[in-house]
This record gives sequence, C-alpha cells and structure tokens, in this order.
Amino acid sequence: MSIALTVNGRKRVVEAETDKPLLWVLREDLDMPGTKFGCGAGLCGACTVHLDGEAVRSCQTLIADAAGKVVTTIEGIAANAIGKRVSAAWAALDVPQCGYCQAGQIMSATALLKQNPKPTADDIDGWMSGNICRCATYLRIRAAIRHAAGLPAEIVDAGQPSGEQMA
Amino acid sequence: MSKAAILNRRSFMVASLAGGAVLTLDASVVLGASAPGAQPDVLNAFVRINADNSVTIGAKNPEIGQGVKVMLPMLIAEELDLAWEQVIIEQTDADEKVYGIQTAGGSSATPRNWLPMRQVGAAARAMLIAAAAKQWGVDAATLSTARGAVLHKMSGKSLTYASLAKAASAETPPDLAKVALKDPTAFSIIGQSKVGVDVPKIIKGEPLFGIDMRLPGLVHAAVVKCPSHGGTVVAIDDAAVKAIPGVIAVVAVNSGYVPLGKSDTVLIVADSWWKASKAREKLAVTWDDSAVRGFSTAGYEKDAAGLLAHAPQTSLFKAGDADAALANAAKVVKADYEYPFLAHATLEPQNCTALFKDGKLEMWAPSQSPGNGRAETARVCGIAPEDMTIHLTRIGGGFGRRLLHDFMAIAGQAAKALPGKPVKVLYDRTDDFRHDFYRPAGWHRFSAGLDASGAIVALKDHFVTFAKDGKPIRAAEMAATEFPGPVVPNVDYGVSYMATNLATGWLRAPTSNAMAFVFQGFLDEVAEAAGLDLPELMRRTLGASREIPGGRVPFHTGRARGVIDAVCKSAGWKGRETGRGFGFYFSHLGYFAEVVDVTIADGAVKVDKVWVAGDIGSQVINPINARHQVQGSAIEGLGQAMLGQKIVQETGVVTAENFGDFALMRMDGVPREIAVEFVKTDFPPTGLGEPALPPVIPALANAIYSITGKRHRRLPLEMI
Repeated sequence: MSIALTVNGRKRVVEAETDKPLLWVLREDLDMPGTKFGCGAGLCGACTVHLDGEAVRSCQTLIADAAGKVVTTIEGIAANAIGKRVSAAWAALDVPQCGYCQAGQIMSATALLKQNPKPTADDIDGWMSGNICRCATYLRIRAAIRHAAGLPAEIVDAGQPSGEQMA
Repeated sequence: MSKAAILNRRSFMVASLAGGAVLTLDASVVLGASAPGAQPDVLNAFVRINADNSVTIGAKNPEIGQGVKVMLPMLIAEELDLAWEQVIIEQTDADEKVYGIQTAGGSSATPRNWLPMRQVGAAARAMLIAAAAKQWGVDAATLSTARGAVLHKMSGKSLTYASLAKAASAETPPDLAKVALKDPTAFSIIGQSKVGVDVPKIIKGEPLFGIDMRLPGLVHAAVVKCPSHGGTVVAIDDAAVKAIPGVIAVVAVNSGYVPLGKSDTVLIVADSWWKASKAREKLAVTWDDSAVRGFSTAGYEKDAAGLLAHAPQTSLFKAGDADAALANAAKVVKADYEYPFLAHATLEPQNCTALFKDGKLEMWAPSQSPGNGRAETARVCGIAPEDMTIHLTRIGGGFGRRLLHDFMAIAGQAAKALPGKPVKVLYDRTDDFRHDFYRPAGWHRFSAGLDASGAIVALKDHFVTFAKDGKPIRAAEMAATEFPGPVVPNVDYGVSYMATNLATGWLRAPTSNAMAFVFQGFLDEVAEAAGLDLPELMRRTLGASREIPGGRVPFHTGRARGVIDAVCKSAGWKGRETGRGFGFYFSHLGYFAEVVDVTIADGAVKVDKVWVAGDIGSQVINPINARHQVQGSAIEGLGQAMLGQKIVQETGVVTAENFGDFALMRMDGVPREIAVEFVKTDFPPTGLGEPALPPVIPALANAIYSITGKRHRRLPLEMI
C-alpha cells in the first residue's frame, strides 16, 4: 500500500507491504543504505534511526507504524545541531574501525544528548549498551560523546606512542 | 562505490589521456624470499600524479577495520616525499598479478609490505628526480624533494611533481631492490597519526560496504541452508515461493563445503531482499543430513574425555624424558584446560554481489583474501579465474570470517543462473551464525614438574582436537614449539583427534586466542607452585636474551622479556596481588604482555583497567590506529572470556540464532581504560591486527583467580 512519511525533512511516499520493516524501506525503496542491517531482531542497534525524535530500531519498526511520522537517518543527522556535533566528534576522535555499526552509534548518541545534554559516564554506558561495536571502538565512542557534550575527557591517554598528533 | 582508478598500465594510459599525467611503475619484487614456495609479488601502478599536484595512491589490501587502507599508502607517500594533504587514497581492485598479495589476514600487511611499498614510493620519486635533472640539465644527485616538489637548492629552482609527471612516466623505473630509502629519522608521515580515510563517508552514511552495493537492475537473494553442516539437498518444493509476486528464481547452489555436483544451499531471488527473506518460510526443502546428525557439543565433550583417559594418538614434540623427569620432580602440577567453538559474528552479515555477462563474472566482494576467493569461486562455479573481475568493497568486520569464500561461490552461481542480472546474496544473522567457519574447540591435559629450585624440568600436554584424514582441520592445530616447550629439558606434547562436521576457520589470532589462555593459565598455576608470580616464572624460564627456533618464525626471549618488564613497570606490578592478573603471548610476530585489574562486586566481575605492552619492532607506522587495534583486540578477548561465548551444536546443527545466544561485548562491560605502550626494538615492523588479543584472556582468568582462589580452566569463564 501507499505510505507517506517524512525522511530527513523530505516528504516521501512509498509503495510497500505494511509489514515491511522501515530498515528495508530505507535501504531498498528509498535508496538510503546508510542505515545498516545487523541482526534483524533489535539486538545490535546498527539500524537505529529517529522516529519522531526518538531512537528506534528500524528493523523492528514496521513501515505501517512509521506512516505520517518524521524519520531521521544517518544521511540527515548532521542537519540537527546535536547530530552535527556528534558526527564531528566521531571524525575528530577517529572513532570508526570497520565503521559498519557507526551509523547506529551516532544515531543513538545523538538521541542520548538530545534528552540528556550532560550525561554521566554511567548514563553513557547504559544508554549506548544497546549498540554493538564488533571492533570494540567503545573507548572512543565514550570519549566522542563526552567531546560532543562539552564534557572533559575521562582519561588522559597515557602510554601512547610519542609523536602522536591528529592529521 | 568508486571504481578503482588505478588498474594497470593500459588503464594508466587511458587515465593519462583523460587528464592527469601518470606515473607508471613496472617492477617485480620477490617477497618473503626466505619462505620456501612463497609466491613472487609483481607490483606496479600504485601511484598517479594528478594535474593539481594531488597524488592518488592505490590501497591494495582489503579494509576490514584494521586501518590498512591508510597504512599502506603512508609507506608509499613517505618515500615519495609528499605532504599527507596531497594524498588521495583509492581502493584498488583485486588483481594479485598487478598488486601482489592482497590478503587481510595473519597481521601480515606490515611485515609483507614495509619495504616493498616504500620501494614503490622511492622508485616513483627517483623517476621524478630523473625527469627534473634532464629538464634542468643538472646532476640528479644535486636534487632533493619535499612536499610533492623537486628542488634544486643551488639555483633555488623547484618543480611540482605534477609538472614533471609526464616526463617522469617515460623514465625507466629503477630497480626496486636498489632504490635508496629514507633513514627512519627523516620520516615525516610514518610514525605520525593519520585518521581513517573513509571516516567522512562513514559518518554521513554513504555507501561503502558490500551490503550497500547498488547496480541498475539489481536483484536480491536470501539463502536457505541445510541446518546441519555437510547436509545436502534431496528435493525442493518451490511452487509456493515462485507464486509470490516479485520472486524471480529459486536456485540450488553449492557453498563450496560439500562435493561439487551437490547442493547445500537454496537461493530465493527476488526484487527485494526482504521479500526473498520472507519467502523462505514457504520453501520446502528435503535435506539429507543423515551422515552428520550425530555430531553434538555433548558428544565432543564425552569423546574428548575418553581420549584424554588414554595416551595421545600421536606425538607432536618430544624432548628428553618427560615421564622420568615428572617421577623425579620435587613438585608436580596437573590441570585440564578447554575452550569452545566460536563464531566470528562480523556485524555486516556475509554478502556478495555478482554479475555474469558474456561468459565473464564481475564481483563486488567483501573478501579478506580475494585471491583465494577468486580461486574458490572459479572452482565451484566452473569459471576460469581470468574470466573474473573482483572489486573490493569496504568490509564491515573481518576477524578471519571472510578469508573463506562461501559467499563468493554462492553469488557466482546465482549470477551464472541469471545471466545479465546483477545479484546480491545476503545472509541474515541466523544464517551467519549457523554457517560460519568456526574457531575449533580444544582440550588439554597438562602435567608439569618443578625441581627443588622451582624451575620447570618437565612438561606434558595431551591436546585433543579435530582432524580429518589424520590431519588437524583448519585452525585446529598446535605448534610443536608452543612455549615453553622449546626451553624445558623434558617435554612431551601429544595429540589425539576426533571428527566434526562443522567447517572451521581462522578467528582473529587463530590458535593463539586459545593457546594463550591454556598455556599462560597453566603456567600461572606452575608459578604459584614454584612460589613465584607469572612474570617472574616467565623471566626465569625465558633465560638469557636469544633467538630460539619457533614454528614458522623464531622466538626472541629478549623481546618477550622486554614487554614483560615494560608492562610490569607501567602497571606497578608488585608480585601476586588480589585483583590482578598477567598474561604474555607471542603471535603473528608480535610480543605482548598484559595486566588486567578486576573487581568483583554483587557477584559480578568487572574489568577496571588493562595495561598492554607490545613489541612490534622498530616502528609503529600509524600510532593512533595502532592503539585502536590493541584496545579493540583486548576488548574482544575479554568478550570471548566473559560473556559466555560458545557455539553449541545439537544433532549436527549449531543452535545460535542471534546475539541473544552469542553475546558480544557491549559498552557497559568495557573497562574505563586500556593503556597501550610500545617497546621499540631493532627489528623490522610487524602487524597489529591480532597479537594483542591472546594474552588478555589468561590475564583476566588469572586476575579472577587472585580474588576467588578458584582456578578458571575452561572458556568461556564461569563468572564466579
């Protein structure tokens, strides 16, 4: 059936079966592959998007339930002030390794800072533990969230090789 | 996905006509000359000088998150004397005849490419200098280079590489083996931290990965696999599936694991992967898995116990007389250790896109080893390897899973069945868990004898593992030189074998990820019996600084000692203390010693901090990425030990379906800090994808023991 929704500020109408997950509508029907398929069961967080401002797992969100709603994906997150800060922190701290989970991580982190601008270390760990990073970039995800939130760095990284500088 | 701009000489000529001047290199380098049977690597065409004096450098190896897409170009850029800002990095296609070995495995990219990639850069620089010398009519020896320009200091003249590129490309490439390389003190790129080249795209969600591949007319395939490894198709009832609108075909294929001519996988091809996936419930397949239904985790455990009760079937390594030495020992320590099968669980599920047209197969493959993928696809699909073109995509996690190429073989067959239509094959999470190439389980029965001074005088290990036709299956072997065997006077390493239907493979730090736990865990028990801590037992056992023969490579006791001392100093190690554990391991040419601090509160083990000291030789090429690799390795090792990770099999079938059955580390389990230091030694630089992982597991187990007083001899660790 025909379903209308707003994606990254743009009104879209898709022809899709009502039980098709939002994830696959984004990837297949709207040609937006930034949102990633990881588990199809809401367990890894790779497919995280914002639905009316809330972080949801798009693999568990039926397109029928997104009808008339506002969806933000990784492709559009930098249009949001907090999302822009989070993305910039991700780049500045060289967070990604393989990078596959990072769209979902950035979407979750942005949702966290929207409702909790100055999270504690435990807040960050608790909120972000729905997102798996198989490469285990967690130390930098923590640091990037703090950086985006304007919080001081948790660790002065001792023992790093000399000559280190960002480039 | 950018088509690689750097292909071969012909492509270069085309590229040069199209715009930017081009610098070609035709040079042959024989790598690993000391390794018998090593393939010669033929290198050329890594460098293109663009009209704006930017320089495109080809990154030849698959990028799985290990940072090689930045690291290899750094080596070329250094010797080409560029400013890093000039560099544009492009992933090359897979073509080992042009680029040499293109494998993301074995932490091999650094040791294999450290000199050749620098030589490629230096050769290009020499050609630019030669061109400038001709243009100015001066001796090339009077010229220097900096930041992408050739300089003549006496006259103050300079020319950009871009202005010299055309003339330089006509120069005869120098002999790579003789081209002058920079003194390391002059490095300006190597040793400086460079961030990931694809990060700007990753944070915008731009398509990069195999799963993101898009082509006009692309169709999608979901897989139905025989639940038990080794079972094959008897009959398919696909009438209900074919009646679904959008379903294009149902194709029985061979993943490469069963004999050719049989099928173990059925593909449903549709105009949407979601549709194909959903259609699977309407597909009825009759499987013949009678030969493999008897395999189970419980069966392996029972059989291993039975084998351990007898003498080993075969000897792996013997020195002196271990039985006699044990009989005369002042103290004897005995213990059994074991570890389970593990999955790789890359976050990007296995996938591959393929197009068969006019007898040629074109693939977009997230492969860690495209040369092997080409051979395997050719074998299973009946296509000549030279009739295949393989494009490399960014890879959403490797960990060894994508060194084996079921996904390519399947995609090739799907494409052949649908000529002219590009097909993307994608596993779902359950397919991915149930049809992995698993880290094999293993069992060890140890005895060690100490003399009155506390020195190890005897060591026996009976290792039970999996074999076929009398030989260990993939990644199920143990090195005859497993430490401390080579430095103990009386040693008896024996092995017994049993069978499995599971396909096995290399998981990050293969064999080492298990052996480190087993040997360093047991040695901590031996140390305690000797009245020592493990670092001190290691120092005494290592003895004087020297090189001793290893399995494939020698083992340097001084380098081992160096990292042990370094981590003990950093962590403030004061001997046995409650809440601390230590582990050391040498793998993939890297020496790593680690200390883990844990606390136990409310019945839960928490890792507070990890200290790592590593020796990967004289140079850390990209320090920021080096630290990331080490930290990620340590966290992965903790995850293997702490989260109950274990692949369980019943009636031939792996039971895990999703991350609820096989947990990966999440942020709330990660220590606050992992401190990383490198001990620099005068040895050629080596890789970092793997060697930091193994020692963290015994360090953790030994730390928990220091609190509970209960030895942890089985992975995953029972968390109290």
